[in-house]
Amino acid sequence: MEDKNRSLLNIIDLKKSFGDNLVLDGISFSLDTGENKVIIGPSGTGKSTVLNCVNRLVVPDGGEIWLEDTEIISCNNINEIRQEIGYVFQGFGLFHHLTALRNVMLGLIRVKKVPKKEAKEQAIAKLEQVGLLDVLDSYPAQLSGGQKQRVAIARALAMEPKLMLFDEPTSALDPELIGEVLNVMKNLAREGMTMLVVTHEMGFARAVSDEIIFMEKGKIVEKSSPEKMFKQPENPRTREFLFKLDELYGKGGEE
Amino acid sequence: MLEVLTEFMIIDIFVRNFGRFMSGLRFTITLTLVVMFLGTILGVILALGRSYGIKPISWFCTAYIEIIRGTPMLAQLFILYFALPAYGIRLSAVAVAYLGFTLNCAAYQAEYTRVSIESVGADQYKSAYSLGMKRWQTILFIVLPQAVRWSIPAWTNEFIYILKYTSLAYIIGAPDLMTQGKFIASRNYQFFRVYLIAAIIYLIIVLLSTWIIDKIEKKFKIPGFG
Repeated sequence: MEDKNRSLLNIIDLKKSFGDNLVLDGISFSLDTGENKVIIGPSGTGKSTVLNCVNRLVVPDGGEIWLEDTEIISCNNINEIRQEIGYVFQGFGLFHHLTALRNVMLGLIRVKKVPKKEAKEQAIAKLEQVGLLDVLDSYPAQLSGGQKQRVAIARALAMEPKLMLFDEPTSALDPELIGEVLNVMKNLAREGMTMLVVTHEMGFARAVSDEIIFMEKGKIVEKSSPEKMFKQPENPRTREFLFKLDELYGKGGEE
Repeated sequence: MLEVLTEFMIIDIFVRNFGRFMSGLRFTITLTLVVMFLGTILGVILALGRSYGIKPISWFCTAYIEIIRGTPMLAQLFILYFALPAYGIRLSAVAVAYLGFTLNCAAYQAEYTRVSIESVGADQYKSAYSLGMKRWQTILFIVLPQAVRWSIPAWTNEFIYILKYTSLAYIIGAPDLMTQGKFIASRNYQFFRVYLIAAIIYLIIVLLSTWIIDKIEKKFKIPGFG
């Protein structure tokens, strides 16, 4: 077992069933500060469940999840832990009744109790970081999918998290809008944000990830660097899956 | 038009009994506004109880809502006015009108609000919790502001409905527009004309209210929706 105090995030033997359906069957991996890992795998293999467990939106049946010195599953200050973990997912989850700016300010004001004026300045800075200064006063329904997802990223970043989780952030987007979101994510990675990303965007995985984790049926089949994963995957299942991804999404990493 | 009204002595009757009509109208409007105000607050509380409450609370709210919606308004007024005195609770006609309509209105408002609460997607809860928001904060700052807005069209209907339905108050003798009409007609025997005047007054108030609420609705609409 790895030293649990060294990594930023350390997941040890995570288990979860939904009824009779064993979704996570002993998942273990860790993430150091500044690292970027991508989880890939067929749908229904528990990738999203791993992320949901990390901020305890789903309570695992067994195992441990350490964020630095705090064990997340058993901690009693989950709302404080969640502030440390930014979560961006497929459905955006923007608050429909608030403008882009207000979406980003809300967590600062209500959770971090930042004074309104400061919250506004911080929110504007984050929206600038994702290239959305021109839509501060737009409501979610007035934004494109790519803009919505960037607001969601800015909203998560505003809480100054130590770790960002991305659950298929581009899967709900039109193809021409995927790029703008991936660019924001790439910039984040380059600035040193620690990121755990579930995605099928192999170009992204190749460009920024330190390790690719291939999951299937609740288990980690293989994990290795992108170079190794793409050139010589060890497991035949990994090879098969990557081949299918190539067919669907084109060869990754051509940029 | 004017000649027809003159012919039927409608204007004459209206002018002669102006004070009574207006006093009835004042009661009707006050009753409606108070009932809608209290009914909305109580309705939102019931909806929250049904949607988020622990089981006994949720069951209680559900039972209340279904019983009120499943029984006639008239029966409810009768129970409050005629049956409660048998148990030593004696309420005036006016009190019964305020209480009965509020209790009734709350049940309907609760259902409109609940449907609106449920229309707020799971994704928004997920992102609220991910920001570290507590459940009550999520309900208060995310769900309710949206649910209340979604409820406005149903609320408008309820307002119009209550405005007219308060005429039931005349059965227990609360001094609303209908009761005043009945009083006037029992003196001049012009039942048709008096009730026609009452109907016209209701119609004008309904149209006026619809117009005002429509303005309010536009003001609070979430841009980009509908």
